Formats: sequence, structure tokens, C-alpha cells
Amino acid sequence: MKNTLRQVFHSPKFLVGFIIFVAVLLLAILYPLFNPGNPLQQIGLGTFAPPGTYVSLYDAVGTETSTFRLDDADAKRLASVLSDEDRVSMVNWLTAVGVDVTGLDITDTDALLEIWNANYDQSIRPEGMTNAQRNSYISLNNRLQSLGASETLTVMQPDEEGEMEEVTDIESTDYVNVGDVTNVITLPLGTDNFGRDVLKELASAIGTSLMIGLVAGCIATFIGLVLGLLSGYVGGVLDDIVMFITNIFTVIPSFVLLILINYSIGQENRGAMVVALVIGLTSWTWTTRSVRSQVISLRNRDHVNLSKLSGHSLVRIVLTDILPYIASYVVMAFILQISSAILSEAQLSLLGLGPKTTEVPTLGLMMNWAMLYSAHLGGKWWAYFPVIGVIALISFSLNLMNTGLDQVFNPTLRD
Amino acid sequence: MKNDPTTTVNMSDHRIDVKSRPLCLSGKGVTKYFGFGKKITKAVDHVDFEFHEGELVSIVGESGSGKTTPSKMLLGLISVTDGDIYFQGQKRDISTRRKKREYWHGIQAIFQDPFSSFNTFNRIDTVLLDCINMRGGKHLSKEKKFEMMTEACSFVNLKFAELTNKYPFELSGGQMQRLMIARIFLLKPKILLADEPTSMIDACSRATILDMLLQLRNETGMTIIFITHDIGLAYHISDSIYIMEHGKFVESGSADEVILHPKAAYTRRLISDVPKIHEAWDLTTV
Ligand SMILES: Nc1ncnc2c1ncn2[C@@H]1O[C@H](COP(=O)(O)OP(=O)(O)OP(=O)(O)O)[C@@H](O)[C@H]1O
Ligand SMILES: [Mg+2]
Repeated sequence: MKNTLRQVFHSPKFLVGFIIFVAVLLLAILYPLFNPGNPLQQIGLGTFAPPGTYVSLYDAVGTETSTFRLDDADAKRLASVLSDEDRVSMVNWLTAVGVDVTGLDITDTDALLEIWNANYDQSIRPEGMTNAQRNSYISLNNRLQSLGASETLTVMQPDEEGEMEEVTDIESTDYVNVGDVTNVITLPLGTDNFGRDVLKELASAIGTSLMIGLVAGCIATFIGLVLGLLSGYVGGVLDDIVMFITNIFTVIPSFVLLILINYSIGQENRGAMVVALVIGLTSWTWTTRSVRSQVISLRNRDHVNLSKLSGHSLVRIVLTDILPYIASYVVMAFILQISSAILSEAQLSLLGLGPKTTEVPTLGLMMNWAMLYSAHLGGKWWAYFPVIGVIALISFSLNLMNTGLDQVFNPTLRD
Repeated sequence: MKNDPTTTVNMSDHRIDVKSRPLCLSGKGVTKYFGFGKKITKAVDHVDFEFHEGELVSIVGESGSGKTTPSKMLLGLISVTDGDIYFQGQKRDISTRRKKREYWHGIQAIFQDPFSSFNTFNRIDTVLLDCINMRGGKHLSKEKKFEMMTEACSFVNLKFAELTNKYPFELSGGQMQRLMIARIFLLKPKILLADEPTSMIDACSRATILDMLLQLRNETGMTIIFITHDIGLAYHISDSIYIMEHGKFVESGSADEVILHPKAAYTRRLISDVPKIHEAWDLTTV
């Protein structure tokens, strides 16, 4: 036993799969400890806030400032407000009025502004320019001028009489230490369409999805094992009955069955565990089949005959002479069941037939939400990409562990 | 003198005349077919046999001639397609699990392949303890059980103290077959079916094992049904011989009768195929 375990952990494939799996598991366990609270709580009002650290602007205003004179601060400030389209339209205006712009690099903000300030005159109206276009150039120019001036911002607040009273001045050289700002929130994966913390949701969803996989895998493996052992070892009429039922379940695609059952249960009654139960109850057939065929090849072995001759009962023979010989196989089947149950849940949820959406997030539900709110069209990668990645990692690691186990238990497969 | 093969295996002078003894196992028209229709294999085809108490009878045949199949039927491990088997004068009844267990008190077996005969997850103690329990020794004290196991092991030249907590697969093939005999020693059945117990091991261990079987027969008076493909070996150890060809007994009788005065052509062929060390082989017949 110990020896087998050592062998298993010496298999590189198993080890890699195991490490990935444990890493994903740790995320699910540890993240909620550092960041407790309901993962479905809507913290943001808007949708899809990008990943990053958010500092409360309100608090930042009152926070003690330090002064830094950084040479490139103004340029950076300008560069950040000057979008690519602005730059292109500036060049367009310049060419329209006949300024030579050859050799001008439009990403060079200083050079662009210099040539702009030297030439722009709002009274000049190039040919073919509409009024609206002209106005937009005027407002663009105003924006540029006000930024370039590095004016002091004045924060005002109405006092008791409703008179505006100056609270503080903000110089362009004022900086606050992020650590001094009272309210700061870090959202490593931003927020989703409902304004929820995606990483928190993800950690919770991993836990739920693994739980669904585990419960469904246990149910499917247990049913498959018991039926396979009985029908394989006892044979006869019992075998016929079990195989009949198994064949019925095999003929109807289990996913169709899943959809029908889940649909008939109704959204309100579908908790995560109900979904796990349904997945488990529809996916035991291939475990039954393979356990049965293994048992049939074992039941006429001499060690089983010897056990019979020693007067052992049927239960004892099945438990001590059959089960240990297929145990490694059952473990592998169990791992695959977990992985396929997690994928089944994701597929069901994508179709809107997964667990109800108000209780706990699951990986499938998160994908469902991302899809419903077109995160993929809006380029909100943080709302769906991490989920897909985690699903892929879980199923990759489980399958890798399975391959590793397979190589340990069936040495003929080793290369 | 247990371990000296040259002196012990040649038992041809010690043959017993068994015809006067009562029957302990016999069969009439015993048949076993595998498969259906075109794919049918007549593994055993309407054979009659009579085994007497204390007899050592050999069933001899080529590989695939259907020797293991009747032994499995006699053990009640596979069903009989047709025919009747009589155990101690009465028609054998193993219709329930209980009766089967009762029957297995009287008949035990040693299988062809020692390497697949043991559950690799059970320790050697477990194997032997099961035998003691089966013989109703469940309530014996630990010391008594230990003593019995030690005795059984020393009968087959194994040291039990060294084997406790070991697994069968940690033994050599010969040691495993000896452990099998230790099992039989503890169980003391009326009939022992030995299905080519020596075919997977070397000649020296073979002599030891045969010697142990013979000693067991002499001490307990059990009937041994010895299945082998080696007609020379059968002649040396057995009282009577059944020759099997394609699921049928083509010849049977006392060992001297069958070997010295063979009637069936198949028997003659088997005898002529035995390699003789002092003669040059005539490869044209092979
Ligand atoms: N379970 C089975 N199903 C189908 N055919 C079988 C089965 N067991 C044995 N047979 C067939 O019955 C015939 C006799 O087999 P058996 O095992 O009795 O031969 P054997 O004389 O013991 O051979 P060996 O000396 O190699 O052990 C063979 O042709 C074999 O193919
Ligand atoms: Mg055989």
C-alpha cells in the first residue's frame, strides 16, 4: 500500500496533475479566508469593472499630500488623455490647412502639441469641414489648453448657508500615498456584470463545482461499483436485469436525460446538490459496464476458486478477492467521474439548466452570466477567461492524475 | 528422506490394489460443453469414471485435451452440462451454498498455476487461518492455531515463523505449491484434486512436492486425483490411470495395465513421446 503510494507520487504525470489540482483547491480554500463575505454580494454599481486596485477618490482628497516634481508628469498626463483618435484628427486638421507634417511621429506627444499650438486657430475653417467637426476641434483644443496649463484644482463644498466654500486645493504636483487612503479595494479580476468581485466569486465557484463533482462522482461510482460487482460476479438473471437497465440508460444519451430531468425539476428546486445528485444518477452506466467486465474476467481466476473452496461467503469473496483487484481501476474511474461531472455542470449551466442562480456561484453559472451579458463581445476577458481557465485546469489535472495512475497500475502502458 | 527425489518418487513397488475398496467419487456420462451452436467446444464428452478411497489416480492427456475442465466440475466450481457425479455412493447435491460448503469439506484442490492461486492481498497467515476456521477451529486459542500452522508448514518444509506477515507472491513457485499442500494438510479432505501441481516448477521442486503428496496420501488415506500431461510421472506414482483425448477417456485401468499393455493408439503415442535420456531422440516422430 505504502509502496504503491510512493510509486504513484513518483509518476511525473500524476505529480504535475496533483500539484495543479492542489493549487486550484488551495485558491478555493484560502481566498475566502482572506476575503470573507458573500461571493454574490454586489459591491459595484456598474458592470464589468476591469481588474486593478481601486482607491476612493473621496478619501484621497482629504488625505495628506506630498509634493513631487517629476519631469515627465505633465507629458504623461497629456499623453494619457490624448487618445489615438484625437491624435489622428489633429494631424488631419493640420494637413487640411496645409501644414507640412511629414516626419511627425504622432505618438510623440510633445512634438505633436508643439506643432498644433503653433498652427491651430479656431477661426480657420478648412474646406469641407462641417460645423460639428469644427466644434469638436474647438473643444479638443480647449481640453488640451487646460491640461497644458497644469492649473490648480479647487475642491468646494457648500456650507450651512449653501455658500460654496473652498475645502482644499489640489496642485498638479500633489501625491497621496495609497497606504494613507482609507478605502482601497483590490479586484485582481475586476467585477462581473452584476458588479461582484470575480475572484471571490471564482474561489467560491471552484469549491461548489468541486463539491458537485465529488458528490456526483461518489454517487455514480458507488452505483456503478455495486451494480457492476453484483451483475459481474453473481451473473445469471441478476446480470440480465442489470444489463437491461444499463443498456436503456446507455441508449438514451445521458446529457439529454440530464437536460430533461433538470428542466422538469424547475429552477427553484435546483440547488447545487440536487444538480450533483441528478448528474450522479445519470452517469453510472459506464462504470457499471467496465466494472462488470473486469469482474467477469476475475471471477474464474484460481484465487477466487480457492476462496470458494475455503468456504468464504459471496460477500467476503466480492470484498476481498474481487474488489482489491479492481480498486485501482475504480479509483481511476472515480477521478474521471469527478472531472466529467464538473464539465456536465458547466454545460448544463451554460444552457441555463444548472443550479439556481441565487444561492452559490458555480463555474458553469459564471460562464452563463458572462455569456448572457456578452462579456466576450465587450472584451471583458476577466469575466469569462479565468473561469474557462480554471475548468480547463481542473479537468486537465484530474485527467493527468488519471493517466499517471494508469501508468503505475498498468505497467505495460509505461513508455 | 523427504527431500531425496530419486528414492521417494519411485513408488511403483508400493502400488495398492484399490478395486476392493469402496468408491468415493464416480461419474456417469459426465459432459461439459462450452459455447453454443457452431462455436461449441466439447471439453468433456460423456465420460465415466470410478475413483476408490485411498487411491492415487492419474488423468493423463495432452494440453487442451480437457483435464482441467473435469476437475473443475468435480470440485463443483463449474456446472455440469450433463451426467451424474456420485460422492461417497450418493448422488452429489450441491444445489445450495450450504451443501456446497459441506461438499468442500470433503474435496479440495491444488491448482495448475501457483502464481495465480493466491489472493495477492492476503497474508500467508490468512490463507492458513481460513483452513483452520473451516475445520471448525475458530474457537481455538491463538497459541493452538499458531502451533497448527507451524506444524502444517514444517510438513512441507517451510518455516512458518519466517512466513508470518509475508504475502504469497513473495514466495517462489515451489514454495507457493508447498504452501498449497500445507493448506491441504490442515484441511485433510477425503479427496484431493491436484491439477498439474508441478507443471510450473522445476524438476527438483517437483520431486519434493510429489513426495509430499504421496506422504499425505499414506498418512491420511485420502484419494488423490492427479492430473498431468506427463505419462512417465503418472506411471511412477499412480495406482490407476485414465487417458484423456479430446474430452474422452480412451483408456483406463491400473497403472501397469495401461502403460505396459496399452490398447489405445493414443496411449501408445503418449508413451513413445516420453523422452528417454539414454536414447537418441527420433525426431521424425515429434
Ligand atoms: N471457460 C471456457 N470457455 C470455453 N472453452 C473452454 C473453457 N475452459 C476450457 N475450454 C476449452 O475446453 C478444452 C479443454 O480445456 P482444459 O482447460 O480442460 O484443458 P487442459 O487439458 O487442462 O489443458 P492444459 O494441459 O493446457 O491445462 C479446451 O479446448 C479449451 O479451449
Ligand atoms: Mg489444465
